[in-house]
Amino acid sequence: MNGLVVRHLDVRYGGVHAVRDLSFEVAPGEIVGLIGANGAGKSSTLHAIMGVAPATGEVLLGGRSLRGRRPEDVARDGIALVPEGRRIFAELTVEENLRLGLAARRGRGGAGAALRGVYELFPVVEEFRRRQAGALSGGQQQQLAIARALVAEPDILLLDEPSLGLAPTVVDVVFAALAAIRDRGIGVLLVEQRAQRTVAASNRCHVLANGELRVTLGPENADDTETMVAAYFS
Amino acid sequence: MTMLAIWNIDWQVLADATALGAVYALMAVGIGLVFGVLRLVNFAYGQLVMAGAFALALASQWGWPQWAGIVLCFAVVLVLSMLMDRLVFRPLRGHSPAVMLVATFAVAFLLQSIALLWFGPLGKIATSLAYLNRPVTISHVDIRKITIVAVLVAVLCLVALALLLERTTVGLHMRASSMDFQTARMLGVRANRVIGMAVLVSGALAAVVAIMLTVQTPLVTPDFALRDTIIVLAGVVLGGMNRPIPATLGGFAIGFASGLLGGALPTNQSQYLPTFLFAAVILVLLVRPGGVFARGNAVERV
Repeated sequence: MNGLVVRHLDVRYGGVHAVRDLSFEVAPGEIVGLIGANGAGKSSTLHAIMGVAPATGEVLLGGRSLRGRRPEDVARDGIALVPEGRRIFAELTVEENLRLGLAARRGRGGAGAALRGVYELFPVVEEFRRRQAGALSGGQQQQLAIARALVAEPDILLLDEPSLGLAPTVVDVVFAALAAIRDRGIGVLLVEQRAQRTVAASNRCHVLANGELRVTLGPENADDTETMVAAYFS
Repeated sequence: MTMLAIWNIDWQVLADATALGAVYALMAVGIGLVFGVLRLVNFAYGQLVMAGAFALALASQWGWPQWAGIVLCFAVVLVLSMLMDRLVFRPLRGHSPAVMLVATFAVAFLLQSIALLWFGPLGKIATSLAYLNRPVTISHVDIRKITIVAVLVAVLCLVALALLLERTTVGLHMRASSMDFQTARMLGVRANRVIGMAVLVSGALAAVVAIMLTVQTPLVTPDFALRDTIIVLAGVVLGGMNRPIPATLGGFAIGFASGLLGGALPTNQSQYLPTFLFAAVILVLLVRPGGVFARGNAVERV
């Protein structure tokens, strides 16, 4: 398993400076949170790592630079993204969505084991594997989106607001899955709006505001609302 | 048949219309496949067909055997398709659809001008497959062999394409890419491979169309298939652009209608055929902007 290192990352869309001089690391087997208000630069950071946002600075996976790589190559190098809004292929079956996730697998063979691994984590995905993905509920689609990213057996899993629009019980399922994924040795970078929950679940949690890293919190700060609020509005 | 008889339609006209519909359906799929992954309406598709037709004409002029002419036709069209992708589509990928459309216009006229320079305005005649124009008699109706061949070949091509899209990994990648290219790429789907495959299959279909059309119209001129392309484009838009099945149905429908009207109208009025067709297209699009055979909001997202 390889770690992810981001150094001095800047993202600009025309005149908009979305991310400023951001540096952080995600080691194998840990969850790193990235929280902040809307427009703080969280999604832009993920897009820059995937190679779909105009960025300067350095992104390293296992010591190798990912700069200038195409998104499909970043995925094949071992970084999987669970995009905002899930981006499930609604007209394809659940199983076809998972087979798409296999596109980024390194090396051949072992696909069956990868599928069994995600079915174990998300039984509902296996149960409905013959259905059209668009027929699943929001929570089931989110589980499918995570499963689709995991079958590639990535080193690093990026998640863009996985709990958005989900019922509280489903949010519990998603967070429990993230802990299980971490325990498999995968490094998790979790972008979220649910600040308290994310701080509690992460090994470290960075608070972004205006594209800059303002403060880094540990799980011990989960109940420290004052620090969090101060960081959001700094 | 009384109603049809008044319109001067008989079984022969129906058969010819079906064959034209089949050929247009293949062109529609060829255009639709590339549109699916590139969001690019390839106006130069007709010139691919034209190039294939000239290949057939040259082969028959050189006295090559039939199969060699067909091989040459496929080779020319496939190489030209790949060149088009490498030299034009790939550098322009990510530009606005308007830029890409204008670029394909330029390619279309460039190819047509090259054909004009090389072969002159009078064109060449492709004769090696002309025997397919001879009729066979099926229960008192004379039907040209090409009619039957065209329908069979079209069905075969469509079944093969359906198998490719539904049963293979690259087919799954193509379908996903035409739904949401960026997400597909972020899952590891290789953009160049998917686009290359779509261009290749689309080129192979253009070669098949070239063969079918040269049988029906053996005189190959630089504007060969130009009118057909415009009609098929209307059909594709009519059917619904970014799904293979609606696009196919649209192509077939407009080909069938075109053949039927061509057979039904008196000769002195059939020159107005395109007018009738496009009036119908405009009317349909006013009622169903997403296409006749499309479900929901299938309007091009540009």
